[in-house]
Amino acid sequence: MPMINQNFSINLVSDLQDMLQYDFMRHAFMAGTIVAIVAGVVGYFVVLRRSSFATHALSHAGFAGAAGAALFGLNPLVGLLGFTCGGGVAMALLGRNVEGRDVQIGTVLAFLLGLGVFFISLYKGYATAAYSILFGEILGISNADVMATFIAGVLVLCVIAAIYRPLLFASLDEDVAEARGVPVLALGTIFMLVIAVTTSISVQVVGVLLIFALMVTPAAIAGRLTRRPAQGVAVSVIVALVVTWFGLFLSYYLPYPVSFFITTSVFILYLLTRIAQGNRT
Amino acid sequence: MDVIAASDLSAGYRGIPLWRGANFEILKGEFVAILGPNGAGKTTLFRLLLGLAAPIAGTVTLFGAAPHRGNPRIGYVPQRHFVDREIAVEALELVRLGIGGDRWGLGAGRGKAERTEARRILAAVGAQELAHRALGTLSGGELQRIFLAEALAGKPELLLLDEPLANLDVRREGELVRLVRDVAKREQVTVLLIAHNINSLMPVLDRVLYVANGRIAAGKPGEVLTSAALTELYGAPIEVLRDSKGRVAVLGVEEWHHAHD
Repeated sequence: MPMINQNFSINLVSDLQDMLQYDFMRHAFMAGTIVAIVAGVVGYFVVLRRSSFATHALSHAGFAGAAGAALFGLNPLVGLLGFTCGGGVAMALLGRNVEGRDVQIGTVLAFLLGLGVFFISLYKGYATAAYSILFGEILGISNADVMATFIAGVLVLCVIAAIYRPLLFASLDEDVAEARGVPVLALGTIFMLVIAVTTSISVQVVGVLLIFALMVTPAAIAGRLTRRPAQGVAVSVIVALVVTWFGLFLSYYLPYPVSFFITTSVFILYLLTRIAQGNRT
Repeated sequence: MDVIAASDLSAGYRGIPLWRGANFEILKGEFVAILGPNGAGKTTLFRLLLGLAAPIAGTVTLFGAAPHRGNPRIGYVPQRHFVDREIAVEALELVRLGIGGDRWGLGAGRGKAERTEARRILAAVGAQELAHRALGTLSGGELQRIFLAEALAGKPELLLLDEPLANLDVRREGELVRLVRDVAKREQVTVLLIAHNINSLMPVLDRVLYVANGRIAAGKPGEVLTSAALTELYGAPIEVLRDSKGRVAVLGVEEWHHAHD
């Protein structure tokens, strides 16, 4: 991380102006904002559909993809997208019964993680590359990465907007939706691709291992605070945005990883939500 | 007019019939109970009508045509238990999906009209006070009313209810049966209801489909629920007893079932 002369002041606006004069901070804020919005929206459906484990598995596929890309000198985003999308389609084709797929998903997950370890051992910059894939490296994001993130993010949001209602129906009440003519299998496959792309762009911010901080926890908080899906999606996005901005802001002044600040603050918000709701299950 | 007509119909899973040679017809506005032991193929009949499975032999028509998927004239309540989820969704939103959940897009602009309509349907099943309750916090009987509202939201002409009385106590069973009958009468809907216990249904039934031993016996309750008819169906001695209040007990089915396990 580049070291600059930072002095925190009570005036947050001037603090922001101060940090945003640096390219790496501007890029980080732009990419972080896009990722938080997309992960917040997609995360709501991930939690509603109980697809957390599939998301976890796809992020590991992303590890193998990013490690492979590093080995062959490609942009990590290319490897991430390739492996996560391939893995997403494969998982969707395993069948519609999500609950019964834990074993298959777990099997493929372990294989892909092993593949990633192999790729990374062949790569010269072993430790640095592994670290940035596993835990994110948002302060090292380039202008081109921001553009790619933006395009992928807009694409994901457009797809979600187009399938929003049937996806909600299929996620909440699959049997009735199927009987009503909603193409549940096709929607499941499209949604796996949506998770794949979202995971790929989120890895830059929080890394493979911490993907839940943006794709599961904000939605879990929203799911406890709201009763309507539209409000749930909105709260999920707001939580993801707030913790991402907060993490970036702190990381400008403190010499610790952004992803640590994000995961910790979102976890504290989750705990506070649960405490505030008392013993409601 | 026939709502459903089956002739020499056989159905099952993966080409292996669960029952064969069924002949019956169901008329508009009838209240029909589908009875029989677990695994006899009662839900399979629903899957045929929903177009989710095809007959192995014979024909079945629905409103005079072959069944097809996504038929808006059917309201379906599958057998399910709603598990509590991390994400709370209110009952009104589920009913709303029953109205327009099959349409693409965000549904922006339809929200207000759909919510008003969903409230009206909830009121029709006596569940208006549940509108803003999270689905995970509702009891079995409350959930069944919400599911019924969700099914009615598509303005169906035929209701397929799979074991709606399971997990309800006797009083709630009676309440739900009367509710389904009243709604069906008012909206002129034909009802097919899969059940285990016949007694709460006896006062409202027009017809019974009894699925057992690889066959379906169809007719008026008084014709099907007799010792002679069920003995013929099972091919084993079955006795149907009636008490002074008209309650029915079917004896011998358990033994038959165990003998064939």
